[in-house]
Amino acid sequence: MGEKILMKGNEVIAEAALRAGCRHYFGYPITPQTEIAHYFAKKMPQYGGTFIQAESEVAAMNMVYGAASAGARVMTSSSSPGISLKQEAISYAACAELPAVIVNIMRAGPGLGGILAAQSDYFQATKGGGHGDYRMVVLAPSSVQELYELVVEAFNIADRYRTLCMIMGDGMLGQMMEAVEFKDKEDIYQADKSWAVTGTEMKRDHNIITSIYIDPEVLEKHNLKLQEKYRKIAENETRVEAYNCDGADVIVAAYGTVARIIKNVIKTAEKEGIKVGLIRPITLWPFPAAAFEKYAEVPQAFLTVEMSSGQMVEDVRLAVNGKRPVHFLGRMGGMIPTQKEILEKIREILK
Amino acid sequence: MFDERITIFTGHFGSGKTEVAVNYARQTARAGKKTAIVDLDIVNPFFRTADVRSGLEAEGIRVITPVYANTNVDVPSLPAEISTMFEDRSYSVIFDVGGDDLGARAVSRYRDQIVREDYIHYFVVNTRRPMTRTPEEIIRMILEIQDSAGLKVDKLVNNANMLGESTPELLAEASEILGVVSDRLSIPVGFISGMEEVLSSYEGDRGIERLYMKKNIRLPWELP
Repeated sequence: MGEKILMKGNEVIAEAALRAGCRHYFGYPITPQTEIAHYFAKKMPQYGGTFIQAESEVAAMNMVYGAASAGARVMTSSSSPGISLKQEAISYAACAELPAVIVNIMRAGPGLGGILAAQSDYFQATKGGGHGDYRMVVLAPSSVQELYELVVEAFNIADRYRTLCMIMGDGMLGQMMEAVEFKDKEDIYQADKSWAVTGTEMKRDHNIITSIYIDPEVLEKHNLKLQEKYRKIAENETRVEAYNCDGADVIVAAYGTVARIIKNVIKTAEKEGIKVGLIRPITLWPFPAAAFEKYAEVPQAFLTVEMSSGQMVEDVRLAVNGKRPVHFLGRMGGMIPTQKEILEKIREILK
Repeated sequence: MFDERITIFTGHFGSGKTEVAVNYARQTARAGKKTAIVDLDIVNPFFRTADVRSGLEAEGIRVITPVYANTNVDVPSLPAEISTMFEDRSYSVIFDVGGDDLGARAVSRYRDQIVREDYIHYFVVNTRRPMTRTPEEIIRMILEIQDSAGLKVDKLVNNANMLGESTPELLAEASEILGVVSDRLSIPVGFISGMEEVLSSYEGDRGIERLYMKKNIRLPWELP
C-alpha cells in the first residue's frame, strides 16, 4: 500500500478509474460531481487518454457506447438530472451488452431540484430508468476509501459480465474529503474482448454491436440471454455489510452517507441499553435480500433510513417478507437525517 | 498575524482555506478587532463559511456570503455588501477565496480596491492533497492563482493535514517541501496551522508563528 493522502470523493472516483485502466471519459458538468470532470481534464492528457466535454449528457453516454464497442475501459459521470438525460443510451448499451461505468453523485429532485445530497434515484438505478428489461450493477460506497475500491471493482464487474455498472453516491460522498490509501497495483480483470469492433483486417468475420433485433423470436432469445446473465450476476456479485446485527433490538437498513450516521447512532443507542444493528447494502442491485432473510426474526422491527421518500424500503419489506414490521424515516430536498431524529424514531419503535 | 486590515486566503481547492480563514477570523475578533469574514467561494458548493455563520455572528463577526450559498441554487453571484468592506475601514476583513485559479478569479474583481489597502495574501498549502504534493506542483499552483487573482502571494501557510488522521510528522514533511518553494520563489512561510491537539505536539519550526485551530466544518455524522 502507498502513502495516505487527503482526497475528495469526486477526485477519488477519477483517480480510481485511471488506476483501473480507464483512458476515456465523456461527460457534461453538473454540481455536485463536476470535480470528476475537472480531475480527468487535468490528468487524462498525462495518460494519453481522451477527455471530452460532450454537447449533452446523452451524447456523452453515446460516446461511452462507442468506446465500449471498441473494447476500451470507459466511463461517464453525472448527477441526478443528468443521469435522467442519459437513459436512452443506457438502455441501448445494456441491450448491446457493453461494459462501462456510470457514476451518479445524487442530488435532490425531482426535476432540476437542488445541488445538495439525496438518495432519491434508487428506483431509477435499480428498477430500470431506461426502457426495456435490463439491469445494471449498482454499487453504493459509504466512504472515500470504499469509493476508490468499488470504482476499480466496477470496471472489473463490467468487463467480466459485459454489463453496465453504476457507482451511486450522494452529493456528500462526492464533496467530502477523507484520507485514502491507494494500492501500488490494482487487480485488473483481463477480459477476452474478441467481440469488440476493432477492425477485421480482412482476417475474420466482422463483429456486430447492436441494440436492434427485428425478429421477435430473436429478440426474445436475446432477452433470455440477458436475464440469464443478470441471474448469474445476482448469484456472484451481491455485496452487503451486516454490522452489530446478532441480538439487535432494531436493525436499520441504510446505505451511503446515511449508513455512516447510523454507525454513530449505534454507539449512542448502546449507552441507553438499546442494541441497534445495521444492514448496509453495498450492491443496491443485486439487492442483498439474503442478509435480511437471515436476520428477519432477530429484531423487534426493522427501520430503513434514506434521503428519499422511501425507495429502498420497498426492497427491505420484500426481503423481510412480513416477518417483522419495517418502519421508515426519510428526509428530502437535500436535508440529511440527524443522529438525534434517528434515535428518537428507534425509541418510538421500541415503545 | 492579525495585523493587516485585509487578509486574503487562497490555495488549492481542499487545502483547508475555509477552516484556516474561520479560525483566523475568530482569533482576530478575540484580539479585540472589529472583524468581518467574506466567503468568496464561487466554486465549492458544500462545506463553506456559510455553514458556521450563526456561530461566527454570535462572536460578533460579520459574515458576508454569496447570495445563494447553502441553498439549492449554484449561482456564483457575489453580494454588493462586499464593496462596503472597502468603504468602512473600521473592519478587519478576512477573505476566504475559492480553490484553484478558477476560485481565485473572484478576488480579481476587487483587485484595484485591495492593492490600495494594507493587505496580505496568504497561500494555504496542504502537501497531502493531490496536485500540491511536490515543490514543482505547488509552484505551478501559486503561479496560476497569482495570475488569476491579479495579486502576488505574500506568504505561505503550512496547513498539512489529513483531517482526523493528522500528525505532527505531516507538518514536518510539509516544512521541508515548503522550504524549497520559499527558496525558489522568495515567499516566506507566514504561519503554521493545525488543530490544537496536533500542532501543540509539533516541535519543529519554533521561529514561525502558529495558528492553533478548533474544528468548525463538520460532516453529517459528526453532528448530534
